[in-house]
Amino acid sequence: MSDFKIEIKNLYKIFGPNDKNMVEMVANGMGKQELLDQHKHVLGLRDVNIGISANSINVIMGLSGSGKSTLIRHINRLIEPTVGEIIVDGDDVLAMDPDRIRDFRRFEASMVFQKFGLMPHRTVMENCMYGLNIQGVESAEAEKRAKHWLNRVGLSGFEDRFPAQLSGGMQQRVGLARALATDADILLMDEAFSALDPLIRADMQGILLDLQNELHKTIVFITHDLDEALRIGDAIAILRDGELIQKGTPQSIVLKPANDYVADFTKDVNRARVLTLSTLSHDSGAKEGLPLDSELSIEEAMQEMIVSDQNLVTVMKEGKSIGQVSLNDMVAAIAKPKTTQTGASNAYR
Amino acid sequence: MSFFTEFPAMERAELRDLKKGIDSSFKEFSRSWGESIEAFFDPLFYFLVNFEKLLLATPWPIIILIIAALSYVGSRSWKLALGAAVSFMLIGYLGMWKNTMSTVALISVATLICIALGIPIGIAMSRSDRLQAMITPVLDIMQTIPIFVYLLPVVMLLGIGKVPGLIAVCVYAMPPIVRLTNLGLRLVDKEILEAADAFGSNYRQRLFSVQLPLALPNIFAGVNQTIMMALAMVVIASMIGVKGLGVPVLQSIQNQYLALGLMNGLAIVALAIIFDRVSQQYGKRLQRHREGGNDE
Repeated sequence: MSDFKIEIKNLYKIFGPNDKNMVEMVANGMGKQELLDQHKHVLGLRDVNIGISANSINVIMGLSGSGKSTLIRHINRLIEPTVGEIIVDGDDVLAMDPDRIRDFRRFEASMVFQKFGLMPHRTVMENCMYGLNIQGVESAEAEKRAKHWLNRVGLSGFEDRFPAQLSGGMQQRVGLARALATDADILLMDEAFSALDPLIRADMQGILLDLQNELHKTIVFITHDLDEALRIGDAIAILRDGELIQKGTPQSIVLKPANDYVADFTKDVNRARVLTLSTLSHDSGAKEGLPLDSELSIEEAMQEMIVSDQNLVTVMKEGKSIGQVSLNDMVAAIAKPKTTQTGASNAYR
Repeated sequence: MSFFTEFPAMERAELRDLKKGIDSSFKEFSRSWGESIEAFFDPLFYFLVNFEKLLLATPWPIIILIIAALSYVGSRSWKLALGAAVSFMLIGYLGMWKNTMSTVALISVATLICIALGIPIGIAMSRSDRLQAMITPVLDIMQTIPIFVYLLPVVMLLGIGKVPGLIAVCVYAMPPIVRLTNLGLRLVDKEILEAADAFGSNYRQRLFSVQLPLALPNIFAGVNQTIMMALAMVVIASMIGVKGLGVPVLQSIQNQYLALGLMNGLAIVALAIIFDRVSQQYGKRLQRHREGGNDE
């Protein structure tokens, strides 16, 4: 058994009538443009390998056309792969027969959509009950559960409205409640907050993080927004043209971009909010500073330091000191790197 | 060079033989199968006859009440219900009650048949592009072929009377409901269907809980069209012995009875307007959820 809840192995997706025959050429390095020009096939995903840990938010990031929405639809097989394996809890999703895949979608993985995917002819309550209806849950029980989840996302009192009567943010809360109501372990979120305006988006991210603190679902979250990825992601994978180009923690992506493309992405990030004390901590000797938790962001640490008028921090992890960080270290870390090659980061690791 | 000036047509004798062959083989077919085909349609005949009898046996005030009530249930409009009641009273007063009841019976049964056959066909068409490609030309033929052309074989097979009339009406009136059911189902938002799939719906759950409800406005437009086209066939159906408002219209054409034609014609129009408005209003009410209105 692997440590991952979902494991994607050697996944290829090529769109076109003759996709199976194209795999080898793509595997041998044929590019997206070449494939389109010479064989009229569109490369969706190329040799994607990702392990998705349980009980965490896994962000898959990429710009439009990078294949991220295609990738997430492979996990519950709304899209059939060309070749590859997707192992969920030891079962290969891609080998499931139609009945088994329906059960998988009913009980094991639910989904939230960019454009909400609500059913306009059903009320908020009926929408929220949809997954439960499909599961065959008896209606009084389904209503009870749906009500609970609507309540959790802050939609009490809106049960009898139709989706068209709600704002975008509220519609997506219905989408979220509907997905949570099925009690599936895996939550697939396809650009779930991308259609919302920035304030509502931040609000929804907050709701998701709060819920996750309590529910510990395995969440696969697709986004094109790096700030969103950094805010909610426990792990981030970056896709470009159907290829996975980097995966890691938010901090490692910001500190050590795998190539110029990622570096370009990350250069405008608010580093003080992403980097934590633990990433900067280094053993500089015996000098004692302000003891702060290693998971604090630099921004938060700086606020503490200003309040207590200190310029050195002792980084604490589980009650023990693991090193120090000086104010200078912090300033250097959050200063924008001069070139796309983040040379500064090497000094701290 | 007569080849270029005269179309190289089939030899006359051959052509005549071909036509004769088709005619005689169809006659042969109708002689040997006509009775069993008639027997097949017997239940339909009894249903139609009994429905008509029921309408005629029911005291007229009750019929008017039922019609007003149905209009109100369908449209939720007192005006429409009142208008329907007044129209029927006027029709009765002008001596057209019996014929109107016959026509209402015919139209109702024809519409029911069209719905019962048309919606399943439309659903099947929406599932498969191949089936759609096969059925669409058939529907085109049903709508455009001159009515008399298919009236003839129907009459040869089943004789003159109610059932052939009913079949002729159905052939003409069914295409819209098939087309609009197919169209409505195909127009349902792909994202919503994807959501239904993502929650593990099987085909039936998806059809009944998502596709059909969302296609209902279109399907209803189809029902409406079907009713209108069935009414348009009333006069032609009267040519093959179907009783109803078409008969006096036909007489008026043959004998230049202007008033008779006008009155019965207007009665058909009145029926059409009532059916149309009620079914349209009902269709509109089905889409209540589309009214947005952010009332936060």
